[in-house]
Amino acid sequence: MRRGLTPLLWTLFSAGGTLAAFLYPIHLFLTGLAFPLGWLEPPSHEFALSLLRHPLTRVYFFGLISLPLFHWAHRFRYTLYDGLMLKHLTIPIVIFCYGGALVGSLAAAYLLWTLP
Amino acid sequence: MPETVQLTVTRYRPEQESAPTVQTYEVPYRKDWVVLDALNYIKDRLDGTLTYRWSCRMGVCGSCGMMVNGEAKLTCATFLSHYQRGPIRVEPLTYFPIIRDLVVDITDFLHKLKQVKPWIVRREEKPLAEGLSSVRPGSGQALLGTGEYRQTPEQLELYKQFSMCINCMLCYAACPVYGLEPSFLGPAVLALAQRYNHDSRDQAATERLERCSEHDGIWQCTFVGECSKACPKNVDPAGAIQQFKLAGTLHWFQSLLLPWGTK
Amino acid sequence: MTTGPAYTSHHPRWYRRRVSVWWWLESWRYAKFVLRELTSLAVAFFAVLALFKIRAIAAGPEAYARFLERLQNPVFLLLNGVAFLFVLYHAITWFNLAPKAMTIRVRGVRVPDWAIQAGNYLAWLVVSAMAVWVLRRG
Repeated sequence: MRRGLTPLLWTLFSAGGTLAAFLYPIHLFLTGLAFPLGWLEPPSHEFALSLLRHPLTRVYFFGLISLPLFHWAHRFRYTLYDGLMLKHLTIPIVIFCYGGALVGSLAAAYLLWTLP
Repeated sequence: MPETVQLTVTRYRPEQESAPTVQTYEVPYRKDWVVLDALNYIKDRLDGTLTYRWSCRMGVCGSCGMMVNGEAKLTCATFLSHYQRGPIRVEPLTYFPIIRDLVVDITDFLHKLKQVKPWIVRREEKPLAEGLSSVRPGSGQALLGTGEYRQTPEQLELYKQFSMCINCMLCYAACPVYGLEPSFLGPAVLALAQRYNHDSRDQAATERLERCSEHDGIWQCTFVGECSKACPKNVDPAGAIQQFKLAGTLHWFQSLLLPWGTK
Repeated sequence: MTTGPAYTSHHPRWYRRRVSVWWWLESWRYAKFVLRELTSLAVAFFAVLALFKIRAIAAGPEAYARFLERLQNPVFLLLNGVAFLFVLYHAITWFNLAPKAMTIRVRGVRVPDWAIQAGNYLAWLVVSAMAVWVLRRG
């Protein structure tokens, strides 16, 4: 039974939502508030780069960026359908949302693959 | 304690008006009265033309669903004392077409309910007469398909919650997706589909899954969750639908990766 | 709209109420739902921020320093603060609703919702602590 792609999209939505729920609060707190406001010392460039170079970290950040982007795509699509009653614009909305998530994922993959 | 309370009730008489109006009534305020009692008082003493549905007056038939101060309620289970000051606004169930006054048309729901086959489906039935002779010697256990079905309390627990649905449709009145997308099968229909999917006697779970995975089924739901809050019987249709999504997803991956494994 | 009696060929005309595009403002419950859905924008915001951070790290120490400095701009601090609150709301609603989709049974008895929720929150604390530990080592 291959009824459309919805189950796959829902899987990405769920995985992305779970990752975002567990990890985004702390990451956003550190990067967006604690480090800039001086509550905690941000990692040095040397350490950040060496940490990022590790294959496991690359996989981690790829997942951390890509999956929540697909979570956003799926959720925002339905927010536009129901919240603003834009269901008649299905095609541009689908392209914008999942296309956007795809572009973000490709950018993440490129950046993480080509680290100096 | 006030002597009376005001009810502002929707009126719609298609033979004399093209849009609903509102009429206000003053009814006695009794501590033990529910909104249905107030409506019956209006019909008996004040205005016999008021039209509304009700039956059991004890919260089991599902007939008296209406909007009370904007919330979907069973009027036989909603006490006047909850709204002491009044005025109490009584309107027909949201998202359904109004036939007259507080009566809405529910054929859409009934039509959708039939599509999920809310009954036990077996690939083959064996007549009851065969049943007694098919008892496995020594065990006292009747074999399945012999007309008699045995079910353990654990098997019953798997679907019992979803079987509590009284088809009152308060969940439809609470569900914005049903309002925005009239083709949506809706909370009660999907919960009832799950009631049979989880019943050990039933053999049509895959069939129902395929029907409910269509564009108007489980994937329309965005888990607002209001349906479960409105349900007077704690059926938790929102939970039923999320479980259905998970089951549908697992089935989808299974049919993709192991096509020979699915029935 | 007709003002006289309303009939179709088979029955009196039913009245169909229109759903307004502002339906989500009609009740606090609906508004909370839309706020929950809008958290996805904050999620996308951080994903993009993370992308820029990785790009800055890859571009060298000066780029990294400039990136860190730019985040100290009050506009960004406000944006990040708001996004953080939304992401927090996403996490809380996600953990609270998770048991609805997953019914776990241990020896025939269903694990109660509060247990799954508590497990989620505990895992959240552990994972967050681990992230801080890893990032603080430099």
